[in-house]
Amino acid sequence: MQEHVVIIGNGISGITAARHIRKNSNRAITVISKESKYFFSRTALMYVYMGHMRFRDTQPYENHFWEKNRIDLVHDEVLSIDYDKKCLRLKSGRDISYNKLVLATGSSPNKFPWPGVDAIGVQGLYSKQDLEELEAKSSSMKKAVIVGGGLIGIELAEMLLSRNIEVHFLVREEKFWSGVLPDEDAQLVMKHISKHHGLTMHYGTELEEIRTNSSNEVVGIRTKDGLESDCDFVGLTVGVHPQVSFLKDSQLEIDKGILINEYLETNISDVYAIGDCAQHRQAPEGRRPIEQVWYTGRMMGETLAKTICGVKTKYLPGPWFNSAKFFDLEYQTYGQILPQIKENEERFVWQHPNEDLLLHFAFDKNSKTFLGVNTYGIRLRHEVCDHWLRKNSSIHEVLENFSSANFDPEFYKTFEAEIVQEFNQKYNATLQLSKAKWWLKILQAQ
Amino acid sequence: MQASNYSLSGEKSQALQTLQKIGIALFIIGLIGMYMAFDRSGSRRFIWMLASSLTTYLGSIFFTHTADKNVGRKLVYGTAINKASLIFASIGFISIMCAQFGLKIIKPNTYLWLIFSSLSIAIYLQIKDKYQNHTAGIKNHDVWHRSLTGRGILGWAAGILFTIFYIQLYIKSDPFPTLVSVFDPLSELFRGKASDKWFVYGTFYTFAILGLGIKFIYKYRHNRYQLIRTLVVIFSQLVMAYFIPNIMEALQFNGVSTADGYLGYYTANPIESWPLNYDAYYSYVLEAHAVKAYQPLGMAYLFWGILLFLVVTPVVTYYVGKRWYCSWFCGCGGLAETAGDPFRHLSDKSTKAWNIERWVIHSIMVFVLIMTVGVLWTYVAGKEFSISFITLDKHLLFGLISVPLLTAIVLTSMYLRKNKHRFLTVGLIVMIMVFAFFVFAYIFGVKNAFVLNSTDLKNWYGFFVGTAFSGVIGVGFYPILGNRVWCRFGCPMAGYMGLIQRFKSRFRITTNGGQCISCGNCSTYCEQGIDVRAYAQKGQNIVRASCVGCGICSAVCPRGVLKLENGPEDERIKSAPNLIGLLEQK
Repeated sequence: MQEHVVIIGNGISGITAARHIRKNSNRAITVISKESKYFFSRTALMYVYMGHMRFRDTQPYENHFWEKNRIDLVHDEVLSIDYDKKCLRLKSGRDISYNKLVLATGSSPNKFPWPGVDAIGVQGLYSKQDLEELEAKSSSMKKAVIVGGGLIGIELAEMLLSRNIEVHFLVREEKFWSGVLPDEDAQLVMKHISKHHGLTMHYGTELEEIRTNSSNEVVGIRTKDGLESDCDFVGLTVGVHPQVSFLKDSQLEIDKGILINEYLETNISDVYAIGDCAQHRQAPEGRRPIEQVWYTGRMMGETLAKTICGVKTKYLPGPWFNSAKFFDLEYQTYGQILPQIKENEERFVWQHPNEDLLLHFAFDKNSKTFLGVNTYGIRLRHEVCDHWLRKNSSIHEVLENFSSANFDPEFYKTFEAEIVQEFNQKYNATLQLSKAKWWLKILQAQ
Repeated sequence: MQASNYSLSGEKSQALQTLQKIGIALFIIGLIGMYMAFDRSGSRRFIWMLASSLTTYLGSIFFTHTADKNVGRKLVYGTAINKASLIFASIGFISIMCAQFGLKIIKPNTYLWLIFSSLSIAIYLQIKDKYQNHTAGIKNHDVWHRSLTGRGILGWAAGILFTIFYIQLYIKSDPFPTLVSVFDPLSELFRGKASDKWFVYGTFYTFAILGLGIKFIYKYRHNRYQLIRTLVVIFSQLVMAYFIPNIMEALQFNGVSTADGYLGYYTANPIESWPLNYDAYYSYVLEAHAVKAYQPLGMAYLFWGILLFLVVTPVVTYYVGKRWYCSWFCGCGGLAETAGDPFRHLSDKSTKAWNIERWVIHSIMVFVLIMTVGVLWTYVAGKEFSISFITLDKHLLFGLISVPLLTAIVLTSMYLRKNKHRFLTVGLIVMIMVFAFFVFAYIFGVKNAFVLNSTDLKNWYGFFVGTAFSGVIGVGFYPILGNRVWCRFGCPMAGYMGLIQRFKSRFRITTNGGQCISCGNCSTYCEQGIDVRAYAQKGQNIVRASCVGCGICSAVCPRGVLKLENGPEDERIKSAPNLIGLLEQK
């Protein structure tokens, strides 16, 4: 009989693993999810709410795909796992035995012990069920308070504003997403956010309590500095944590997430963990132990599929990258740009005088090695940036060839000449901007 | 699951499946009705056409009923500006109706002013209401929630109205006589002669591209690709498709009626190429090109048309993809990109639809080719073109063809029993059909069975492709099937350029490494029904025959993943090496 691979979780990690195991082998594959039968893109839930898309448009594969590829989908909840007998117990009472088990359980929104946090009208935004709950409440919603200061918070604000709901956004720190964004970047994002009507930002403000009525519904909030506000909804977007509570109290080693080695193996043989729920014992170079972003789930899924199909493969995510959108402002990042400047680091920031465009470069003071770039309102080519980071190119090489890294649509205004000129002035350098080369040539000319 | 009227999963119940089957049946009955309308004449033809297209519609309603229900809530429509816009739109529409039903309260000139100024103000107010209070960026809010753009009742109503209009326009020789006469002053101004239905239609068409093009520009005002592209779309329609042909008529270089009769007419839009302009080589068009009074422009147009098809199109498509035509210069594309923009998400993205697309569009390409060869033959040889596959009365000749054919059928079916082969299956079906025709002809002594005759071909193409498909379904079904039904499933010009774009071109949509988050905005807003996400999430470039290069996938992408570009053919279809992080381990 074929080896049976059971995957718990049908998010991007679990589904990528399943797809690639099928691509490379003939193994029996079962994917279990309590959230939905079919894989959908969590990142698109906001567009469903805003009416840009229908829910079924968030499903990247047509329903017949799974049967055709012999991937068995089980819409059920796993209650317990017997690692010795290699067997799962489902809520429906069904038992499923496995040869290899992949834990891809994702994460859950954080909740802190504020008074009133369990009231009706308080929720996070993560799952399909969260979206359904939000939709049900929206028709009567007038004023919402969002607690947080990161990406999901700003998405939730955009969603609610699209329904003409007044939004107050409480950010604990003095600046937006200050754990990630350097000062200039945060200022630009804050300036951009402030252009949107109906949204009031409260920086340096912490939630103290959620006020409720006798039927345990939200009626308002109070902050630590005494601000009181009425509202009928509180959105909690204060981060997520690995969804591992049902796995605790067993021989599976868990810290914040399920502990894994570089081969994505847990401490139990034939049990692996990937995606949001996994925590590296030894984080890959330039990376954090838990990285809850879309593409790391995809990379882990693909890496693990190789291992499971007999080619033991290390997880090597390469240089960090990410992207996001704050209302209309697109953001991409390649390499390491931390809010605090390290000792050996130099920063070069270029900003457009009136448009919301900004580039934030980091490079080594002495060796001039390019360390990373944040970009706002200008798209950059991933391959080229990645190439420069992997081969430790100098900031000079990067800027002289910067036209080749531009990924904006055709006919867009370009600013490479201004950027190089400003760099030359600031550092008394004599860089010459090269014409845009076909970008693959840049990659090939090692 | 939450007890709410908001159904996310949209699972099909038994009842819906039954509805779907009824829908398919009605759809087919409607199509048969359309076919039968072809044989009728005059008002009977109109009634047949109307009844059968309504049946087709009803079928489509049931068929697409499985679509997710709209959100059961009130949308924010009530702004004063929006109401004002609707009032002006109504004034324009009522003016058209008054003109049509001959209410001579005011002069034709005043009617013209009234119609176009009120419609312009309505569009201006729509722009103001929709985009002015929003920051520049993608604002597709409530597109799926709105009745008009989310296949709700308004969408269906608009689709039915459009369809009725198009049936009238194409089938009746003079469907709106009084409205046409209102346009006389404008027509006199341009062409120095009285108006006709095509002049009225062309004027409204151009106005729609101009007005709604400006709306489109404002909607995508942050995007320079869309800005420049749409300016070209407007220019192409206004100058190439409207001013030049009309001015040429005024200067007596085309479409002149003289005392001896009508001198003929050829398509004077310099960018409209065969085979989209399928009657380009009909004998009366060829003769019109050669009329002495039209020289030298008449012949120049003929040669330019041939050059456009044989040289310009392949070369330009090689360098930039078919977008130069489909979403920059083409009139059909122009209307789809401007008036049709609010309906682009309604295109079907399933692999099933893609299969249908490939069969239909390539069949039409073959059809138009055979038809044109037929009419050219007629013109050159001076007699009716007809290929008859059977002019056999001798037993020997019948045997010579049928015996090998039968052997081939038997061998092919034996092979297919063991192996699966799609092309051979199709081949087998064709062979069996041909054989059946042979047997039929032999038994009944028909000498000319299975005849292709150029006049019939021409009429069939004109009716089914020219009228029913590109006109009625192409635009009439915007609110139901999306804005590019004709361009995607029907247009032989798009099919021709699609083959070049797929196999020999520098154009592609590049995917930006591993940045895709599979959200699906690109696929949703692809008017050609390409599942862009399927490529982007694998880090693969998009090289597809049907892509018209409108650039909206790149515009709606929240992560900056897609870029339309022209580059070397090597590695045009590639996967991002660092997408998965395994680069160093190869």
